[in-house]
Amino acid sequence: MATARRAAEIGAEGIGKMFGPFAALTDVSLKVGRGEFLTLLGPSGSGKTTFLMILSGFERPTAGRLTLDGRDVTATPAEARAFGMVFQGYALFPHMTAAQNIAFPLRVQKRSETEIRRRVEQMVEMVGLAGHAHKRPAGLSGGQQQRVALARALAYEPPVLLLDEPFSALDKNLRGQMQDEVRRLHRETGTTFIFVTHDQSEALALSSRVAIFDHGRLQQIAPPREVYERPANRFVAEFLGDINLLPLEGAEGGVALATARCEGHAVRVADAGRAPSGLLAVRPEYMRLCPLRPVDGNALPVRVADITYLGAQSRLALRTPGGTPLTLQLATADLPAGLGPDSALWVGWPEDRGFFL
Amino acid sequence: MPSFARHALMLGPLLLFLALAYALPFLGVLEWSVTLPRPGLGQYRTALSDPLVLSVFLRTLRICLTVTALSLVGGYVIALLWVRGGPLTRALTELCILIPFWISVLTRAFGWLALLSTKGIINVWLERLGLISDPLALVRNEFGVVVGMTHYLIPFAVFPIASAMRGLDERVLMAARGMGAGRARLFWTVFLPMTVSGVLGAALLVFVFALGFFVTPAILGGGRSVMVAELIYLNIFQIPNWGLAAAISVILMAAVGLLGVVMLRVIRPAGLR
Ligand SMILES: Nc1ncnc2c1ncn2[C@@H]1O[C@H](COP(=O)(O)OP(=O)(O)OP(=O)(O)O)[C@@H](O)[C@H]1O
Ligand SMILES: [Mg+2]
Repeated sequence: MATARRAAEIGAEGIGKMFGPFAALTDVSLKVGRGEFLTLLGPSGSGKTTFLMILSGFERPTAGRLTLDGRDVTATPAEARAFGMVFQGYALFPHMTAAQNIAFPLRVQKRSETEIRRRVEQMVEMVGLAGHAHKRPAGLSGGQQQRVALARALAYEPPVLLLDEPFSALDKNLRGQMQDEVRRLHRETGTTFIFVTHDQSEALALSSRVAIFDHGRLQQIAPPREVYERPANRFVAEFLGDINLLPLEGAEGGVALATARCEGHAVRVADAGRAPSGLLAVRPEYMRLCPLRPVDGNALPVRVADITYLGAQSRLALRTPGGTPLTLQLATADLPAGLGPDSALWVGWPEDRGFFL
Repeated sequence: MPSFARHALMLGPLLLFLALAYALPFLGVLEWSVTLPRPGLGQYRTALSDPLVLSVFLRTLRICLTVTALSLVGGYVIALLWVRGGPLTRALTELCILIPFWISVLTRAFGWLALLSTKGIINVWLERLGLISDPLALVRNEFGVVVGMTHYLIPFAVFPIASAMRGLDERVLMAARGMGAGRARLFWTVFLPMTVSGVLGAALLVFVFALGFFVTPAILGGGRSVMVAELIYLNIFQIPNWGLAAAISVILMAAVGLLGVVMLRVIRPAGLR
């Protein structure tokens, strides 16, 4: 696939968007590299779609500047940017067959009939729709329509492909299949992908970087592992997965090693990557239950408040003597025998698995 | 109670009313058409062979097709302004559609007479401006009839078309724009094909209404551009030949009924679903 040559680099500098007095976006700055796969993640109403609309040119920002390969495109209308776009709900042309849908952008570009035919065939093949090209959208399943939308958006080799929650209407199996497909298409085309989703595991699985939005502000933009393991702030830490937050006293030391007390128990934090503060965050998957105080690592005594059975996994709600709530998820098979509400236990975690917030 | 029975019960009185008010009198008309002045199909033979009657049929068809075409074009533009215009355009368009709706068909026909007649506003002004020396024949001919009927029927074209436009998914248009489609291409290859169901619905609605028009052609045609409904009137009250009037009525009714079936079965226009 020769598309990589056209993949574009996008820059947003201080983008703001007001709807009347309401600030949908405030001072969003980021750079998306050539061929990158960036995911926009955030709660509902955080401004993801608005940002995508501004990138695509359907909305004008009320502040800031957009660049495409270094050129200022802030005032360029959508039809001149011609980014590929996959809308939520696909937005296929209902009166055209799958093949005609895919051919549409090629006709706009006035490519020759033979080239259009060749390219459509190639795209149909690529998204696995052979045998369905003559059908109208109404005669296609959700996943097939999704693939037509992808093929249509990729057919004319746009410099950037924007996808707004493209899988939200699909069931879990199809979703997984389409995720693989999108990842493959990204690899094969080398186009710059910007993908909006509500689904954090989707975001972590697909992207080269994740941008997390809240209330119209960019909270963090970093590779998946970094946003998950080294969140920039409390919002990001709590938004992605489960997290246990422990209040600390007398934290001292440096980035490499810090010491503090949590409810009177000494706590060591190695390699936190940040100066000590009053709040320690530990992902539940790094915590383990022990019947007695473990000899190495950090540990706190806890009592069981509640046990929720989730099938293969069980979720434990725990409470320290000081009243700090902790959650822990573990395989149901690993639950200690005789565990019930009010059982007293210890929770331990490695020194290098906590980070300051 | 099964929903079918419930519906039947609710619709029952209405169906009964329709039967009494329309079906029974129509059966009477049907009877006249094969009994007056003597039993047989003679009146139908006349209706389908008499040059005068045939010329009225032909004129009716010609006027109805012209009016339908004009109403569709006008209605499409108005619907476009109404559905996709800015807030002010929208409000003004709505007024322009609704105000004529509140004025009776008779008043409107006389209004056009005042505008278009030889001593009407248009001719007087054109003469004063020295653009013409003799008044233009704008009325008492097919032109006047077409103008008056189109004016009356345009709103009936607007509603189904506007409804089709409203049902359009905005994102589909955005998708087309996003792929670089300009305004002309957007309109001809996406917007128009996606609203064509509304246009077909409007076409049938306007055509069927136009077929039975009486007041407007009678006033603006001035007895020279007689259409079918007026011919029926003449055959009842002036000539009189009730048998022929009844036969023509039945033929007209059959044409309307046929188009109605087409409308409901084949096309299922967006506005009337
Ligand atoms: N045209 C508009 N006029 C006024 N407010 C708007 C408009 N478009 C969006 N907003 C507001 O801007 C905020 C951000 O909306 P946006 O659609 O970008 O959220 P989102 O992150 O995509 O949410 P979701 O995940 O639910 O799709 C919302 O509070 C929304 O109400
Ligand atoms: Mg959204």
